[in-house]
Amino acid sequence: MADVIKKATRESYGEALAELSEKYSDLIVLDADLAAATKTGIFKKACPERFFDCGIAEANMMGIAAGIASTGKKVFASSFAMFAAGRAFEIVRNSIGYPHLNVKIGATHAGISVGEDGATHQCNEDIALMRTIPGMTVICPADDVEAKAAVAAALEFNGPVYMRFGRLAVPVFNDKDTYKFELGKGVQLKDGNDVTIIATGLMVNEAMIAADMLAADGINARVINIHTIKPLDKEIVCKAARETGVIVTAEEHSVIGGLGSAVADAVTECCPVPVIKVGVNDVFGHSGPAVQLLKEFGLSAENIAEKAKAAVALKK
Amino acid sequence: MDATIRKQLEATACKVRMGVIEGVFNAKSGHPGGSLSICDLLTYLYFAKLNVDPKNPKMPERDRLVLSKGHCAPALYSVLAERGFFDKSELKSLRHIGAMLQGHPDMKGTPGVDMSTGSLGQGISAACGMALSGKISNESYKVYAVLGDGEIEEGQVWEAAMFAAHNKLDNLVAIVDNNGLQIDGKITDVCSPMPITDKFEAFGWHVITMNAHDFDDIERAFNEAEKINGKPVAIIQTSTKGKGVSFMENQVGWHGTAPNAEQYEQAMKELNETLKGLEG
Repeated sequence: MADVIKKATRESYGEALAELSEKYSDLIVLDADLAAATKTGIFKKACPERFFDCGIAEANMMGIAAGIASTGKKVFASSFAMFAAGRAFEIVRNSIGYPHLNVKIGATHAGISVGEDGATHQCNEDIALMRTIPGMTVICPADDVEAKAAVAAALEFNGPVYMRFGRLAVPVFNDKDTYKFELGKGVQLKDGNDVTIIATGLMVNEAMIAADMLAADGINARVINIHTIKPLDKEIVCKAARETGVIVTAEEHSVIGGLGSAVADAVTECCPVPVIKVGVNDVFGHSGPAVQLLKEFGLSAENIAEKAKAAVALKK
Repeated sequence: MDATIRKQLEATACKVRMGVIEGVFNAKSGHPGGSLSICDLLTYLYFAKLNVDPKNPKMPERDRLVLSKGHCAPALYSVLAERGFFDKSELKSLRHIGAMLQGHPDMKGTPGVDMSTGSLGQGISAACGMALSGKISNESYKVYAVLGDGEIEEGQVWEAAMFAAHNKLDNLVAIVDNNGLQIDGKITDVCSPMPITDKFEAFGWHVITMNAHDFDDIERAFNEAEKINGKPVAIIQTSTKGKGVSFMENQVGWHGTAPNAEQYEQAMKELNETLKGLEG
């Protein structure tokens, strides 16, 4: 484990934009005075003529993106998740979602791992907000490799996409040479038949660690990475429900309206089984180092393993 | 302006007003007041100014019009129908189930609608995006955005105003329809956005004032707008809400109310008389 490389998915996002700037000569990137933090500054450095800072005005930025997209150019609009999905929600719904315009929203600093900035900036509601918009694709990559591949896939896709990136450096576990990103497809990382752990974002790595912990206790857990929360890969979720009988979801997001809710919605229709959610339990965060906050709010392998054991116990 | 052309535009605007009344009456809901105040403006733009082709509504090099005050869709629909983007019979099914013409403009479903609008304050941002895009790829099209005077109470309008001036969007013209009334009363009583001209000037725009119901003055204003370089242009048009239908003029109650059968007959009779006078 000593040689695990860690990288924040926001870094991957900024790098991917710059790397793809040649291939997509019509790609425009917008930011709202956070280019240094969202890492769109990397694109700005590579293509200053195609980068526009909208200032601290996220609502207008989303409208600008809609207008640009209406003329046929590709466009990314970036800010922190709190402002992209929260403050600008209604503009995203009405100016981007309703006309189904080809706007990509690059939202960084999602979740509690924002850390020291505290509750005002720790957005645990963005997945819930964005997935209620008809036609909106919602992506939450787990590591650097997946994040870069997701940006490339989103640019190839025609339609509005909300992409969720993190501030905290997280382990890179996918192999960039073999990894293939398929929009809307879940990835089974480990087979198992006692319980399925379905995770997204930085919780995917925790889910893998949890599976190792469970194995030590004789529990064989399946692990699925859901990078595309909407449209959800119902096939892989329902198969897991049928074959393992219980599900634990894990996300750095409120337990209300996020991945856990999406999974519960799906299994209720195809194969009702218990779904236990690991997430932020309907509370605001607070200031502190990200790693400590993740532990404190139960966003850890230990908590996933504990919930998985409780889930398995429900089967008896 | 040539007298014959002016008369033609006045007659067309009158027909556009009839379409507004037709649509709102059949919908039994909608916004006649603010629609009637922009009929001359939209008639001028669609019949004397915009580079558009009703047969090719998505033509990439077309001029764009964003109706930021989207609730005045009946005026936009009526002028688009009059210009030949779709059949006038569509106006009668405005707001009906399964109709092409939605309560607020839907760019996906209606030929000639360049942006979906209706939630106030948003259209101007999209118009800025279109103008910026044109600048980026050196295109010659112009973008026109029509805003309400109540609408500019939305903070997003001023975010957009800052952005347009900062990016020197001289291919953008915003027209503020200053009819002085919004749902809850006079704009100066509700939460005054006045002075409008000073605000746009302070935000770095070139500001022109215009009489919304005088085609000579409308032409003068747009000719002046054409000559401005390096700045976006705001045209503040002084208008009469409900213009053209005597009992609707300057009455806040006609902001979002449809006429009943009797009122419909009277409005159409008035407009027909106006039209006869212009064509006779």
